Amino acid sequence: MITLLVNGRSVEVDDDPATPLLYVLRGTLALNGAKFGCGLGQCGACTVIVDDAPVYSCLTPIAALHGRRITTVEGLGTQQDPGPLQRAFIAEQAAQCGYCIAGMMLRAHALLMRDPSPTESAIRGALEPGLCRCGTHLRILRAVRRASRELASARSGGTADTRP
Amino acid sequence: MSRSRPARITRRTALAGGGSLIVSFALRPLPGVAAPGTPGAPPVAAQEELPGSLRNAPLLDSWLRIDAQGGVTVFTGKAELGQGIKTALMQIAAEELAIAPARIALVTADTSRTPNEGYTSGSHSMQDSGTAILHAAAQAREILLGIAAQRLGIPADRLQALDGAAVAPDGRRIGYGELVSEQTLHVRAQAQSRLSDPSRHRVIGADVPRVDIPAKLAGGAAYVQDLRLPGMVHARVVRPPSYGARLRRVQIEQVRALPGVMHIVHDGDYLAVIARREYQAVMAMNALARAAQWEEHPGLPDQARLFAELATWPSELVSVAGHHTETAEPARTLEAEYRRAYQIHGSIGPSCAVALFDDGALTVWTHSQGVYPLRSALAQLLQLPEERVHCIQVPGSGCYGHNGADDAAADAALIARAVPGRPVRVQWMRADEHAWEPFGPAMLARVRGTLDGAGNIVSWEYDVWSNTHATRPGGAGNLMPAWHLATPRAQPPPKPLPLPEGGGDRNALPLYRIPALRVDYHFIPTMPLRVSALRSLGAYLNVFAIESFMDELARAAKADAVQLRLRHLDDPRAAAIITTAAEHFGWARYRRRHGCGRGFAFARYKNLAAYTAVAVEVQVDGESGAIRVLRAVAAVDCGEVVSPDGVRNQIEGGILQALSWTLYESVTFDRTRITSRDWSSYPILRFSAVPQEVEVHVLDRPGQPFLGTGEAAQGPAAAAVANALADAVGVRVREIPLTRSMMRTRKGVPEGRERT
Repeated sequence: MITLLVNGRSVEVDDDPATPLLYVLRGTLALNGAKFGCGLGQCGACTVIVDDAPVYSCLTPIAALHGRRITTVEGLGTQQDPGPLQRAFIAEQAAQCGYCIAGMMLRAHALLMRDPSPTESAIRGALEPGLCRCGTHLRILRAVRRASRELASARSGGTADTRP
Repeated sequence: MSRSRPARITRRTALAGGGSLIVSFALRPLPGVAAPGTPGAPPVAAQEELPGSLRNAPLLDSWLRIDAQGGVTVFTGKAELGQGIKTALMQIAAEELAIAPARIALVTADTSRTPNEGYTSGSHSMQDSGTAILHAAAQAREILLGIAAQRLGIPADRLQALDGAAVAPDGRRIGYGELVSEQTLHVRAQAQSRLSDPSRHRVIGADVPRVDIPAKLAGGAAYVQDLRLPGMVHARVVRPPSYGARLRRVQIEQVRALPGVMHIVHDGDYLAVIARREYQAVMAMNALARAAQWEEHPGLPDQARLFAELATWPSELVSVAGHHTETAEPARTLEAEYRRAYQIHGSIGPSCAVALFDDGALTVWTHSQGVYPLRSALAQLLQLPEERVHCIQVPGSGCYGHNGADDAAADAALIARAVPGRPVRVQWMRADEHAWEPFGPAMLARVRGTLDGAGNIVSWEYDVWSNTHATRPGGAGNLMPAWHLATPRAQPPPKPLPLPEGGGDRNALPLYRIPALRVDYHFIPTMPLRVSALRSLGAYLNVFAIESFMDELARAAKADAVQLRLRHLDDPRAAAIITTAAEHFGWARYRRRHGCGRGFAFARYKNLAAYTAVAVEVQVDGESGAIRVLRAVAAVDCGEVVSPDGVRNQIEGGILQALSWTLYESVTFDRTRITSRDWSSYPILRFSAVPQEVEVHVLDRPGQPFLGTGEAAQGPAAAAVANALADAVGVRVREIPLTRSMMRTRKGVPEGRERT
């Protein structure tokens, strides 16, 4: 059994330790957020955050994740109570098919945790590993900028909800 | 008029006066009916053609139903592909029913529930389904108002539909739920409807947030990939390494012994594995692939000589257009050849399907664009009666045309048959999609044009060579897995898609006024690589060719590229779109910076749908030759706009996707195998190369027919980039992908070869 800390919750899984995290998230834990895109670390659809950094969950075996903090898009908020980054993506209608978006949001989340007011090139740099085929890139960029602005104003206004 | 289930007599039916009365009411011509733009159009006979997809499904309750609580359910045979069609269709129904969009539920393509609207393709959804729902909802509203009028004892024209109720001038109101009975909407649609006044639209034309987005942002079950049925197991397919490869031997015993493996399907050259957990299926697939030996034969063309050979392959001539009027003496002649490589749809999520074979019946959850044609194909494949096959569309990753969706559904069906009673989920791997999806075909176009002394276009000769753009399932032979079975199904002979929409000849005819013109399509039946519909079909290459050549003509005539186009167009909507894009781009006051250039292009999709003009500015790196699109400005006219932000999203996305196709994309192959099997061998646009901004200006045309926008921008975007490149560095690149072609001809090629 391997213990994983997913979205703040400790879970034990009996999958083979060599199993990539993606399959455990989607299969054993029934979480939809991380997506299978290539299984090769080329497209970023499977991106989750481990501790503070984005990783390709399709390439990362669970054996390497014992006790590490794993954040999926489900950890950013819910449909009923979306987090700030999710609200920004809704406000910008930043999706077409939406298949890449969870991965994009987690890359943006990791960036905003590290640098709440990133430059345009820092945002593009952070999102570079993520592929979008619908051509929603400019909306994704706008959503991340919006989230960054709202984060800044929440901080200066003392609002409690400062999770990106 | 038949009904599939018996009508229940309820208190409400009785109160409403019974079905027959209502039916007869609905069959009388609606008084004073006039479609917008046709003031005072007379009441029409029943045999007049019905609007949109009502033609194929004329009963109103095929499209919408209202329950006793006043809840509205709208049914569409079209599929949500990420284009936002669900939201737009709900807006249309909400407007005509005068009800909040949130009170509407929408059911998409499902062979047991929705009308058969064929494929969700060709930018037809707004035109077909949107128009049907517009008229169905308007007619339903009038029927409900008529019933309310009888109940209240006042004329129907004094009643108003408001917030889901019929409201009388004295304030009395009856909710739709109280007006409707089982039979109320079980009536044939009329050819014309009393549509709401476009100038008073509140929901049509408003930006209603897309209903499918919240789940996609929060890990909701939004995709077919997310289905988890009780007892579901996982499958993977081991494909042959190349087209036509034969399985010589396979040792399946040690694979069968792997953890979780439940079953191995081995049928001729078809190999698949079923396991309890998904990653167990992946591991077993890898083992099975290692255990298989294949015999392969080279059957692919020499990629280095592809375009030299393409025009020599046997072809059938389709005459697209030809006319000749007396013309001025041509002063100059230009000739050019334009090319487009094989390209992939490249869905980010590889195809997936879930199937359950139970008690001789098959249910398939699929992201196919056409559940009804897929049902026929699967019934044929499994030799089941059609009524034993049920296909339910569930969104997948964006498809952009005929990708692996239908094939994955066939895989799921074939594999599920081996484990009756168990739902089987089949997920394609990345290489399955890259190597086995049907590509957008390679194409070639040759143009010869002449100018008179005043710089007017005198003549135009155009030849385009292409495979078909349509090998979608009609029969089982177009389902790729069927090729590999012990009793294989051969792919049926391809046919050219008929004009006016066309396939390889889509948009081959320029919209410009040209006195002497000939356009021929050379349809190539031989398909060494698997091909089918990729978003915009032949329009992508044809618009690229026509609009590049217009730019070459403008340069030869020393004319402004925008002015030359305007001078040769008679359609005021076309002119308005061109002028709008040029103004917002700042075309007339453009000042070229070093290494930068501007380019313009225009088309009306299929010459009968949305108008799009695109202006771009590019920058070319003097060292590397890398092309960067700095900004794009587009203008679009798609008739009456239902969702302005939806239109902008489609056009922005269409432009960015076309930049990716145009700058970078080409399938690669050796004489035997497809070699572009992942994102490193087939690179696409990434964030670092995305323009700083893409501006989209939408010209609303209230009362005009809806026109789809999903495929309107790709051709113009491609040509605008090539034209800007020529403007920036004086190099005319006529082969897509431009980046690779430019690298190959770094020394540059002269502008359009001129003959005098």
